[in-house]
Amino acid sequence: MLERLQNNRNALGLLFMLPAAVLLLLFLTYPLGLGVWLGFTDAKVGRGGEWVGLENYEFLWGDSVTRLALFNTLFYTVVASVLKFVFGLWLALLLNRNIRLKSFFRAVILLPYIVPTALSAIAFWWIYDSQFSIISWVLVKLGLIDRYIDFLGEPWNARISTIVANVWRGVPFVAITLLAGLQTISPSYYEASAIDGATPWQQFRYVTLPLLTPIIAVVMTFSVLFTFTDFQLIYVLTRGGPLNATHLMATLSFQRAISGGALGEGAAIAIAMVPFLLAAIMFSYFGLQRRAWQQGGKD
Amino acid sequence: MSDFNRRKFLEGSASVAAAATLGTGATVFAPAIHAQTLQLKPEKGAKLRVLRWSRFVQGDIDAYMANVKKFTEKTGIEVRVDNESWEDVRPKAAVAANTGAGADIILSTNDDANLYPDKLVDMTDLCDYLGKKYGGWYPACEAFLRPDGKKWIGVPLGGTGSMIVYRDSMLKAAGFNAVPRDTDGFLRMFKALKEKGTPGGMALGHATGDCGWTQWLIWAFGGALVDKNNKVTIDSPETLKALEYGKELYPNFVPGTLSWLDPNNNKAFLDSQISITNNGISIYYAAKNSQDPKIKEMAADINHAPFPVGPVGQPTEYHLFFNQMVMKYTKYPQAAKEFLRFMMEEEQFGGWMQAAGGYISQPLRAYEKNSVWTVDPKHMAYRDSVKNLRPAGYAGRLGYASAGALADFIVQDMVAEAISGSKTPKEAMERAQKRAERYYKV
Repeated sequence: MLERLQNNRNALGLLFMLPAAVLLLLFLTYPLGLGVWLGFTDAKVGRGGEWVGLENYEFLWGDSVTRLALFNTLFYTVVASVLKFVFGLWLALLLNRNIRLKSFFRAVILLPYIVPTALSAIAFWWIYDSQFSIISWVLVKLGLIDRYIDFLGEPWNARISTIVANVWRGVPFVAITLLAGLQTISPSYYEASAIDGATPWQQFRYVTLPLLTPIIAVVMTFSVLFTFTDFQLIYVLTRGGPLNATHLMATLSFQRAISGGALGEGAAIAIAMVPFLLAAIMFSYFGLQRRAWQQGGKD
Repeated sequence: MSDFNRRKFLEGSASVAAAATLGTGATVFAPAIHAQTLQLKPEKGAKLRVLRWSRFVQGDIDAYMANVKKFTEKTGIEVRVDNESWEDVRPKAAVAANTGAGADIILSTNDDANLYPDKLVDMTDLCDYLGKKYGGWYPACEAFLRPDGKKWIGVPLGGTGSMIVYRDSMLKAAGFNAVPRDTDGFLRMFKALKEKGTPGGMALGHATGDCGWTQWLIWAFGGALVDKNNKVTIDSPETLKALEYGKELYPNFVPGTLSWLDPNNNKAFLDSQISITNNGISIYYAAKNSQDPKIKEMAADINHAPFPVGPVGQPTEYHLFFNQMVMKYTKYPQAAKEFLRFMMEEEQFGGWMQAAGGYISQPLRAYEKNSVWTVDPKHMAYRDSVKNLRPAGYAGRLGYASAGALADFIVQDMVAEAISGSKTPKEAMERAQKRAERYYKV
């Protein structure tokens, strides 16, 4: 019996998958399931909750702070992701060229990504400080402004400032991953297209971009997911202020569930993020990764 | 709560008076008389883990750790102390309470203990012992840690006063010899300071500690989040008056206060960018102990004052309160109690208060006599912080709802929205009312 099992490919396959499956169930499925369950209860820190159905979601729908957090999250994600893609692609194209000190620049470009988020957030906190900002100081010294910029004290300034910090931090991930993708494109495509008289723009449009699309799909999916669920940067920089103008769904969920003790409501906010995250994944999976489209097909 | 507190106040006052009659120092600090009233038997082989907030002033942690060492030497019980930023202790404690695993003793803030009272070891025997021995607990301690008026769910550690910190020379230059004791004078002073180019500023961002002045503002005009029956009453004419007053005060602040978190006002004050703010004594402590001669020199110009009294006619102070909780899951409840008893005894606690340079205000009346309050007259403003403290859940009972409402910045956001002009006071009050009702529905 044991010998038959040992020679059975299906049984062995299942056996080898078991540890990974257990880990996934334990650390992914269970917490997610628990989160979904908590979202339907009025659970508080330290005490179990009663089933309240959609009550949490109904309240959150009418809650102006939650709506603002949803808007902030979408705005933050869309603007930051687009900027990260544009700058990341631009950097990747630059680093893909034969420039001097190429290895050095490739290593340096990763710095923002390897610095712990909390540390880079603290650095930005100083940069944006209403009294000590280096940016304001320089601009005042240059005579370009006469009073310090209130980077984090005015709602729209704060939104833009947090996006800039997020972009600074996220660009290296996009750039390095796209650079890896660029390295896989055979130079012969470019040589052939050059012989056919293609301009640099045409080479980018008809050679680089289609061949890079699978990587773009993957990197942007991750980028969107990371941005949508960002927490540390906001927590250190603003705690969701001023006037809740930078609260993201993740920070609001934490504030209400852990600090405020409203586990059920906090879980509901966290779960409300899932459809948006699924949409981002679906877009990547069904949209950007269509093989026919990548290969020049119509769909 | 008020009646209860008055009763407790009288009881406490009576015990202090009795102590005074018998010869103050000797009676209050006579361990032998009361020591036998509490018999704790630490478990064999006990080891303790303490999670506490990171020091704000270096003297605090140095003296605390010296006391811990003394305890280990005396009892053989090993104690490991972990430090976390005080705002991070709450989530860690909440997770520990929920999962039943973590530090044996947690030093947390404000009404945290009321989030999970049934997960905490009953500390009534220890608190009764300490209360009797040291002249009684202040009413706020009971409000925080004896929510049902019977059982203590934690041992009060003390508090950190949030008082007015100001630059004497700047106030004088603006025509004020001292911080006015009424709200009208307070507003005039802020206006005068701004005109002189030395504005003040108080935090309006999500600063957990330094935004507490917004509670003072509401209470000073008779407003409150809830009434005695825990009915939400923040949308009221009194709150409206407070917000209208705040709208006049805010334009005199230095720009940027809407973004200020807890460290911002310290930095701005020590850099002479503001003349007045609200804070613990840590600004003064930092200046006095600074290596920078310029900042050290500033210490002589720094002074402290209580918040002014508003139209309500009585002090309405809000300060940071510290608890000591023993978690029910601990394997060593007796050892944990013994540790807290040891740390609260005059021999340890007195030295710790002195080392903290006035940062910690005592929870027990007998410690009012600690020399830290008289060694430097500038410390005195902080002495009665716990004595005069109003919890953020005023005027109702503390519990899950008050803790949640405070952590969710309901009052702070309302004040910030209204006085900055982002919302009308009415809109801000309505939003706060709706949000608070959600917490107080429980």
